[in-house]
Amino acid sequence: MSGCNINRLEPLNVAGESTVINFKFNSKKYRGYKGDTLASALIANKVDVVGRSFKFSRPRGIVGHWSEEPNAIVQVGSGAGTVPNLKATQVELYEGLEAKSVNGWPTVNFDFMSLVGVFEKLMPPGFYYKTFMYPGRFWMLYEKYIRKAAGLGKVPVDSDPDYYDKENHHCDILVVGSGPSGMIAALEAGLSGADVIIADDQSEMGGSLLYSNHSLEGKSGFNWAKLLENKISSLKNVTVINRCTVFGYYDHNFLTMIERCNDHISVTSKSGPRQKLHRVRAKRVILATGAFERPLVFANNDIPGVMIASSVSAYINRYKVLPGASLVLCTNNDYAYKTAIDWKSEGNNRITIVDTRRAVKSELINQAKALGIKIIYGHGVTEAKGKKRVQAALISPLSANGSELIGGSTEIVCDVIATSGGWSAAVHLNSQTGVKPVWNRNIISFTPGKTNETQVSIGACNGSFNLIDCIQEGSEAGALMSKNLGFGKGKPKEKIALDKSENEHPTQPIFCIPHQKPSIKGLKQFVDQQLDVTAGSIELAAKEGFESVEHVKRYTALGFGTDQGKLGNVNGMAILANALNKSIEETGTTMFRPAYTPTTFGAIAGRDVKVLFDPIRYTPMHEWHKKHTKEFENVGQWRRPWYFPKVSEGMEQAVARECLAVRNKVGILDASTLGKIDVKGKDALEFLNRVYTNDFTSLTPGRCRYGLMLKEDGMIFDDGVCACIDKNHYLIHTTTGGAANVLSWLEMWKQTEWPELEVFLTSVTDVWATATISGPESRKVISKICRDIDFSDDNFKFMHLKHGTVAGIEARIFRISFTGELSFEINVPSRYGLYIWSKLIDAGDEFGITPYGTEAMHVLRAEKGFIIVGQDTDGSMSPSDMGLSWIVKEGKKFSFLGERSLHRSDLLRSDRKQFVGLLSNDSKTHVPEGSQIVTSKKKKFPMKMEGHVTSSYAHGSLGYPIALAVVENGHQRLGETVFSPQADGSFVDLKIVSPVFYDSKGERSNV
Amino acid sequence: MLLIYCPYCKQYRDEEEFSYAGEAHIKRPQNPLAISDESWGNYLFFRKNPSDVHHEMWNHSSGCRQFFNVARDMITYEIKETYCISESPKIEKYKK
Ligand SMILES: [Zn+2]
Repeated sequence: MSGCNINRLEPLNVAGESTVINFKFNSKKYRGYKGDTLASALIANKVDVVGRSFKFSRPRGIVGHWSEEPNAIVQVGSGAGTVPNLKATQVELYEGLEAKSVNGWPTVNFDFMSLVGVFEKLMPPGFYYKTFMYPGRFWMLYEKYIRKAAGLGKVPVDSDPDYYDKENHHCDILVVGSGPSGMIAALEAGLSGADVIIADDQSEMGGSLLYSNHSLEGKSGFNWAKLLENKISSLKNVTVINRCTVFGYYDHNFLTMIERCNDHISVTSKSGPRQKLHRVRAKRVILATGAFERPLVFANNDIPGVMIASSVSAYINRYKVLPGASLVLCTNNDYAYKTAIDWKSEGNNRITIVDTRRAVKSELINQAKALGIKIIYGHGVTEAKGKKRVQAALISPLSANGSELIGGSTEIVCDVIATSGGWSAAVHLNSQTGVKPVWNRNIISFTPGKTNETQVSIGACNGSFNLIDCIQEGSEAGALMSKNLGFGKGKPKEKIALDKSENEHPTQPIFCIPHQKPSIKGLKQFVDQQLDVTAGSIELAAKEGFESVEHVKRYTALGFGTDQGKLGNVNGMAILANALNKSIEETGTTMFRPAYTPTTFGAIAGRDVKVLFDPIRYTPMHEWHKKHTKEFENVGQWRRPWYFPKVSEGMEQAVARECLAVRNKVGILDASTLGKIDVKGKDALEFLNRVYTNDFTSLTPGRCRYGLMLKEDGMIFDDGVCACIDKNHYLIHTTTGGAANVLSWLEMWKQTEWPELEVFLTSVTDVWATATISGPESRKVISKICRDIDFSDDNFKFMHLKHGTVAGIEARIFRISFTGELSFEINVPSRYGLYIWSKLIDAGDEFGITPYGTEAMHVLRAEKGFIIVGQDTDGSMSPSDMGLSWIVKEGKKFSFLGERSLHRSDLLRSDRKQFVGLLSNDSKTHVPEGSQIVTSKKKKFPMKMEGHVTSSYAHGSLGYPIALAVVENGHQRLGETVFSPQADGSFVDLKIVSPVFYDSKGERSNV
Repeated sequence: MLLIYCPYCKQYRDEEEFSYAGEAHIKRPQNPLAISDESWGNYLFFRKNPSDVHHEMWNHSSGCRQFFNVARDMITYEIKETYCISESPKIEKYKK
């Protein structure tokens, strides 16, 4: 292929072999080498424009070489496994890789939106606030339009074909970052015997040494790092994890990191999890996260070819790619001179260094001079020229402090403008622990704040930008942190023969090079390229009255892109401070929060998806249910049969049939899910009297009673039947969903308030399987298979329990009823549940026994006006509201939980919402649950809402719809007609009635 | 995520094994029916919200199921001590 790799200096050489890799970018074929990133391969192939900017649709090129990259945002792959919004600088090249720019339509080289210019007019700073706050409904319209045109990557429609893993770690020391300081720290900690993890987001260890051409101990930095890597890897107590981004730092040294296990491998040869979430609890944390080089801001600084100085070095040194033919390097510091020297070392002489400082002197500068590199002092690049590629730089002389231009401009022809505005320490993880970074004006960078965590920041992320300092700090921290944990003596073991630090000329505090025209009116000077935030827009925000950095960030969207302002934030703050005539310290800093870089949801979910998302609980009878219905309802974690339709039956017919079977013959329900707590101990009765509204003193063995529990505020918390099994032994039933909460609540009172009571609470929900047979024929059914109990009404009374043998199995039988019919609840040890169920079905066959599900159960209880806590109550209903004062026994020896609150003035109000029944006037209309109740059809909205529907059923045993509701002062309003407005504008006319629709005297359960 | 020492299990465990259970050392009035609405209201609804050390109850809900007390700095989330329900805090004055 012609024109391929025209910028490549020499084939990339990995482990002695160079492998050509074929890939596609925006549907065009290219070739790169093993070891390339997508970005380095694109630069090698002289692809200048890699995307279009979000707002202005300007052509954009590659700026950086790692996670700071704002422009080269790509979508990788296609179909279900496609990944949006990756940075080309972090995508390792593999055979067959296909990537597309996420923005630019129809192509990045010809962008429709830039011609129209619509975004520029549409989106001034703060445009979200100005344009979309009102009227709210227009947002939907705008959003669709903007997202389509601006392009933010496409989320795959199908479910993720990959899987993800999680791994928990506990270690002595976690070292974040395997640059020179992190590596040496990990080595020292490892040598001391501590259990160490070192993680880095690169594919190999070395950090900045992978990209630069320092020499250390007579070796190249790269080779020095490789030697160190070998030493570290040979230690059994050190775990090295590469391609792993530490993205979250939470309380008590808990850190989360994502390892990209096979994102760098071609789709056809992948195996194992795609990514892995490591959850690390570390006794000590050493942060060695490095620093980002800041670009200098100047006019048209977004034209492709404008790059970060150290990134230019990275492409030359690591990827053997020269990103252009002639370089203008603009800097305010010494470090960037390295880039010019790197460029020169490739035999290219077209270099001009433009230094904003005057009369500068240092060894590095002398080195550049000695190489014959042209240096212009006291100047800055004010403007880039060009369209889809830099063609020239305009430079002008600067005043001593860099704030003004003091002369006309000169044009220098070039195709790369590299800039360096100094370094910003990567203080993100330190800041995530809840501390604000501290501005250090000497090094012109934020440095880590004081944190409560047992951690230390070393090297560049600590503001030590000199390599020698980095290594020294790493060495000391590794030894010292280990000593704190009892490993070693705190003295570094590894001897490193370091050169003396080179002297440096101080960095000049300059962030934005002035232009002949003011920022607001002149050419665009980009601060945050990903979100098109300019110096002018920050100054405009300041003019409009925004003073806090946090507000300006949100108003302009500075730092809100996927790069999270790694390049732009400090420049933005400096420009804001300047516009407000304040110092950076005074303007204030922002905090960093997780995640450090965008993080895959799949990795956070791990294996906890689909069937493993939440445990599903099945009753012992589930095998039978599966054969007889497909309709299940989730109740908490339980999966319960909802109804059992016969062939060609819909839900309505099935539920009505099941209800009628219970009323007329006999039905059978799997009630195993009902919460059951075993209460034992010599103080069990006293304990129950304290937590229930009822008085259980008269409850003798063999008897049951419906009970109510309140919270201390007097509101209904749970209900259920309490049975006295024996002296000092009770079984209490809770609602299915409330079982765990009730147990925890009871435990709390027992443990914290009444430790003197001898009582033991045990959850026995799963111990028992419960089959409820209900209906007039239920006595005949149970009598057939339980011969050792006399089931006559005289012997086995309503609200009693008996022990007997059912089909050969010892059982507890409760004669209690939630349907209003004669009912028996047969409890057997779980393992016999399915067996007993089948035996009951067989025994009931001649009586027409009908299995019924949760829906019929709900309808039947509603017909009887029995409440369901959590459906008819909502945590603000008292016993009297629900018509349950009859089971509240006030004046017991010990004032039960909630009793005092029943006398609070708010609970004595006469206009409280009270529990009633509702019947539609036409006996046909079903009023939806949650509907509001009003007293007039004529008043204008919003009108006073006097109540709401809590339960409503269209079909049951009665032949007409019924509803339960809570209505203000409802108990006094029986017979009154009220109305329920519906979403379609209609009203349902309803009559307030007693909530007991059926057998109001309760005779049927008592036969 | 907090690392909490359960004084019953005598182990440091992750926060996800525990559940928060409100302010510690709130005594239920001896005779609720004899006290004023205001006193009862104070007991029911009013809770401390200090900007330094707060004493709170936690439940080792996925562990031993015991309730216990935690003295925690509400600014830094540093746990100063944990102790059993029947005990008083051992540290009287916490260092800042
Ligand atoms: Zn415990």
